[in-house]
Parts: sequence; C-alpha cells; structure tokens
Amino acid sequence: MRGSLSKVLAIFWKDILLEIRTKESVTAILVFALLVLVIFNFAFEPETATMNLVAPGILWVAFTFAGVLGLNRVFAIERENSRLAGLLLCPIDPMLIYWGKLLGSFTFMFAIEIIVTPIFLVLLNLPLFLPRLLLIIVLATLGFTSVGTLFSALANNIRARDIMLPILFLPIVVPVIIAAVEATALVLQSSPWGDMMTWLQIMIAFDIIYLVVATLVFQYVVEG
Amino acid sequence: MDAKGALKHYALVGLGFALMVAALYMVFIYVPTDKNTGAVQRIFYFHVPLAWIGFLAFFVVFVCSILYLTKRDVRWDTIASASAEVGVVFTSLVLITGSVWAKAAWGIWWTWDARLTATLVLWFTYVAYLLVRHYVTEDSQRARLSAVLGIVGFIDVPVVALAVMLWRTQHPGAIIFEGGLVPSMLFTLIVCIVAFTVLYFVLVAQSTRLKNMEADIRNIKDIRMD
Repeated sequence: MRGSLSKVLAIFWKDILLEIRTKESVTAILVFALLVLVIFNFAFEPETATMNLVAPGILWVAFTFAGVLGLNRVFAIERENSRLAGLLLCPIDPMLIYWGKLLGSFTFMFAIEIIVTPIFLVLLNLPLFLPRLLLIIVLATLGFTSVGTLFSALANNIRARDIMLPILFLPIVVPVIIAAVEATALVLQSSPWGDMMTWLQIMIAFDIIYLVVATLVFQYVVEG
Repeated sequence: MDAKGALKHYALVGLGFALMVAALYMVFIYVPTDKNTGAVQRIFYFHVPLAWIGFLAFFVVFVCSILYLTKRDVRWDTIASASAEVGVVFTSLVLITGSVWAKAAWGIWWTWDARLTATLVLWFTYVAYLLVRHYVTEDSQRARLSAVLGIVGFIDVPVVALAVMLWRTQHPGAIIFEGGLVPSMLFTLIVCIVAFTVLYFVLVAQSTRLKNMEADIRNIKDIRMD
C-alpha cells in the first residue's frame, strides 16, 4: 500500500516538475480561461438583475473549456520519444499510472480554478469569500479529471485526438456541469446548505463511480 | 452462412415482417384516436418502441464491451459495433418523432425537459463511440478502446437521468405505468414494441453478418498481398 502511494506520487511529481520547469500548460490555459470569462461578458452583458442567472454558467463554461484544453495535454506530453511506453515498462500496476496522472491533472486544473475564481468574482462584483464554492470546485474538478484523465489516454491513440477529446468528454460530464452550475447559483444567492445538498450528492456519486470505473478500465486503454 | 443459419435468418425476417404489418394495421386502423390530442398521438406507438430499442441497443453494447474485454473474442466487438449503429439510428428517430409530436402536442419542437435532454446526451455519447470506431484503424486497438467507451458511456446513463430529472421535467411518462392507457392502446403498444424488438434483432444480425464478411474479405486480401 505504502509502496503504491510512493509510486503514484513519483508519477505525479514527474508531471509537476515538468510543468514547473517548462511552464507550458498552466500559464497558457490560465490566460485562455480568463479570456473565456471576458468573451462571455460581451456575449451576455451580465447586469445586477440577471447576474445570478448568467454568472454560474459563465464560470463553468470557462472551467469546462479550460479543462478540456488541459486534459488534452495530460497524455500528449507522454507521446514524444515514446515516453508512455517507458512509463508502461515500469514494474507497476497501470492503475497506479492512472492515479498519478489523475493527481497531476487535478492539481493543474484546481490551480487554474483557484486563480480564475477570485478574478471572476471581482470582475462581476460578487462577494469574494465563498468557502462553499471551493467545495463545489473540488468535487466538480475531481469529476472532470477522473473521466478526463481516462479519455486523455484514450484519445492519445486516436487520429484527430484534439477534437475527439471534447466530443467524448463533454456528454459524459453533463451531470457534473448541471450540478456545479446549479450549486454555484445557490451559493451566489446565499441559499442555505440544505438546498444544494442534492447537487453535491450527485457530484459525489459521479466522482465515486468514475474513479472506480476508470481505475478498472484504464489498463485496457494503455495496453499494447 | 449454412442452410440452418439461413433458415433461422429468414424465419426472423418473416416474423419481423408479419409483426410490422400487424403493428401498422393496429396503429392506423384498429386503435381508437386519442380524444385529447387527436390523430397525432398515433406517433406514440412508434416513439416509445424506438426509445426502448435505443436503450436496449446501448445496453447490448455495454454487455458486449464487458464480454470483449474479459474474453477477447472479436465476435463480441462486432456485435457491439452493430448494436451501437442500430442504437444511434433509433435514438435519432426517437428525437425526430419526439420533435414532431411535441410540435403538435405542446406547440414547440424542442424543450429542455429531463427525458429529451437525457436522450440527446445519450445520442451524443454513442455518436462519439462511432466516431472513435471510425478514427482507430488497427482492429484490436479499436475493439479495446471502443469497449472501454461502451462501458464508461453506459454507466453515465443513470447519473445523467438523475441529474436532468432533478434539473427539470415535463414529459408525459408515468401514464403508461399508471394504467392511464385503455386496453386497446396498451395492446397496440405492446405489439409495436415486440415488432420493433424483432426488427432490432434482424438489423443487428444482418449488420453483424456484413461486418464478418468485410473482415473475411480483408483477411483474404492480406493473404494475397503476402
């Protein structure tokens, strides 16, 4: 068990180090997410009256699109010099590779969200301190990356992989998007905890289901 | 195909044809017109069986995907791919017949109701499945990757259904199960469901046979090239 954890962390740390030294993914995706926010501002002209209807949608569309871009890179970086083959040659269970990669993609996406969210709240003149929004972001990001890491590995084997990842990914994460948008709307309206429980439960259920299923099927995606 | 297989095949086609004629007769002549919504309600007898077949088809994809990954027998992959194709066609027809009916009954082509949204999401999932099959050229890799998708996609169905159900709902559905249909309507619906189920099996069997022939031809070509 402890051996497994250290292997997962080794793969995770490899991705983090690579990102720290190249600073390729996070910076660009961060700028992209901010641009999506700005573009939606023109598209919807959120004013005080319509704010609660429009704001959660803007935030989650930005996160979803940024997430797809980030997930595309999770396994793309392993393509050069057959790095994935090298990774698979390591004497470890493929599901540990999945967990290491998952930890990495979760961290990248969460880092971007943690920077974008305050900027979003400031730009739309919303209250800044929203601990419940943080919980929603953690649950939704876990859902996104649990499916996304699996699909990133899958799309890596396909022609037209850049376009196939969102086509595969978006229909599957529809429940997470719905739940995250609805829960965020409730947070922005300062509704009580009880109201958003259902949405949190859907996200928790989705996270558990896909963490288990993806762990089980990942070996079939990377074999051969 | 040997003689026995051919006999079975023609028996299935014959049964499907007879049931389909019976279903058409019942839908257009036997069953009384709905008093509230009029003649357009008759589309219901196609709409519901189509939806049922769509779901059945994707369930078959799910089961065959698991069987392929555990047994590694190409046969399961072929059936899964045939079933997914039929399922996407039937789900497209569900969306189209549903739109026609909605325009007449509700005055709108489309609404973001729970069942409509869930069906649309399902449709996208399996269109993606077929696209992946198209984009991967190597046989065993295609079988493996699409089997993973067949499992991951189907598991999403209950979660999507739950999420959109909580999100909104206005679809008439419960009426069938609460006994709101008069016996003649229920009988017609059952005949239609049986007829469409037989049609589904005919189509999957036919498509599977075709895919097997294509594979045979590819193999023969490969041998001659060597």
